[in-house]
Amino acid sequence: MTKRSKVAAFPYIIWIVLFTIIPLTLVFVFAFTDKSLHFTWDNLTNASKYMPVLIKSIYLAVLATVICLVIAYPLAYIMSRKNGNSQRMMVMLVMLPMWMNFLLRTYAWMTILENNGLINTFLQSIGLSKIQMINTQGAVVLGMVYNYLPFMILPLYSIMTKIDNRIIEAAQDLGAGSLHVLRRIIFPLSFPGITTGITMTFVPAVSTFVISGMLGGSNNFLIGDLIEQQFLGNEYNLNYGAATSLLLMIVVLISMGIFNQFDNAELEETLI
Amino acid sequence: MKKFFSSFYTNLVLLFLYVPIVVLIIYSFNSSKGRVWTGFSLEWYEKLFHNGVILSSMLNTLIVAIIASVAATILGTTAALGMHNMKKVPRNVIKNVTYMQILNPEIVTGISLMLMFSFFRMNPGFVTLILAHITFCVPTVVLNILPKLRQLNKSIYEAALDLGCNKTQAFFKVIIPEIMPGIVTGFLMAVTYSIDDFVISYFTTGPTAQTLPITIYSMTKKRVSPEINALSTLMFAVVLAILIFVNTNDIKKEKETVKKIAGYKNN
Repeated sequence: MTKRSKVAAFPYIIWIVLFTIIPLTLVFVFAFTDKSLHFTWDNLTNASKYMPVLIKSIYLAVLATVICLVIAYPLAYIMSRKNGNSQRMMVMLVMLPMWMNFLLRTYAWMTILENNGLINTFLQSIGLSKIQMINTQGAVVLGMVYNYLPFMILPLYSIMTKIDNRIIEAAQDLGAGSLHVLRRIIFPLSFPGITTGITMTFVPAVSTFVISGMLGGSNNFLIGDLIEQQFLGNEYNLNYGAATSLLLMIVVLISMGIFNQFDNAELEETLI
Repeated sequence: MKKFFSSFYTNLVLLFLYVPIVVLIIYSFNSSKGRVWTGFSLEWYEKLFHNGVILSSMLNTLIVAIIASVAATILGTTAALGMHNMKKVPRNVIKNVTYMQILNPEIVTGISLMLMFSFFRMNPGFVTLILAHITFCVPTVVLNILPKLRQLNKSIYEAALDLGCNKTQAFFKVIIPEIMPGIVTGFLMAVTYSIDDFVISYFTTGPTAQTLPITIYSMTKKRVSPEINALSTLMFAVVLAILIFVNTNDIKKEKETVKKIAGYKNN
């Protein structure tokens, strides 16, 4: 292939500049200017008023991510030790719900948790009183865990399939107990999968507005809901919205800085 | 004991993943609107197929998905080919921007595109929606093709040249077939991303171009709309059918290869 074929990438470079670089730059521009494009700090001071919303979003997303990790880790290990055919079957079973639109999956939980939903109807039929489940923090976390659990399972599984059974057996032969094997062999070798899984769960969880809107009601207003309201809803103000989005981007960048280095081969493998 | 525990745990997680879907499917056959089972009926399926809004948004979704994924595949394939021939530094810069697009929260991509469209006074509608869809589909195509190019054996291309192909012929006879699996996977993933996308579409489309996920979202706002249950059941059935078809095909192919290898050995 000749050097000329570099040219083939130019349309994509132009596309990136037009539809990624310029839009993100505009977020910065809008965040630091007023309606007549004069520099101002007002948008950011306004956004900092919503610090409690941001902290609550981070708190719920961290909670959901930790629960996902706790549920997914043993499952991924069990999956990775199965034989070829049942491995493929299990991967399909884990992926299948992901193929359904997440709005429908979240709607399903609405049906189950509502005040006259499935669980409460059942409780009443056996003579117990109703429990308030929808519009609580728990419901939001449940929705996040349910929607993003496969994003945690799959990277963990894909890295654990690479752990050679012989290494585990060698450790056992040398006298290591199960806990010791977990701590000294499986955990270090699966670490890149853990960080990828955490990023892939935390980022969509912290920025969601659909799950909190559908399962959390008005009491559980998260940073995503705020941005949605500022761009399309009652609190319409593009400059405020850009400033709030900037805060969200900073949170995401910090979390990725902690958990991932760019150009990470494992990440590449899981993303595609 | 260990085996019992691990299969018990696996089933528990699978139960958690599938119970909501099963609930939706069961309710889609309920004859009343409420949560109480009053009898089997296909009423909601009938209503679904007479619901003009759902049908037209389904059509919109398909049109957008096809245009966007074809455009994204062409753009992404040329991009990957060009990037492959670049020096390390510029290539890594583009690659990192590509990752960034994927890792960026969807809501940020959505609002940044919305800001740009409104800044340049573009009315939200089909055009903005398709531009947005191409934008989030291209990175997956690029990242699917790049590894295939890395695995490419340069000698085959050179052999084609030695055997009398000119550069264009060698390109279409050697390189394109070699990276075809990457192109196909990239295209299919672009189609599914486009059909499935809600967040970015929500911020970049107007009332004239409602896609299916956007229609679903407005239906869920009304809380009780059993037509959604019927729609979910149908979509689940379609996905299941596709997956089973693809997998049995894979298994068949695998068996054929095994047979072939066995055949060679016997000869």
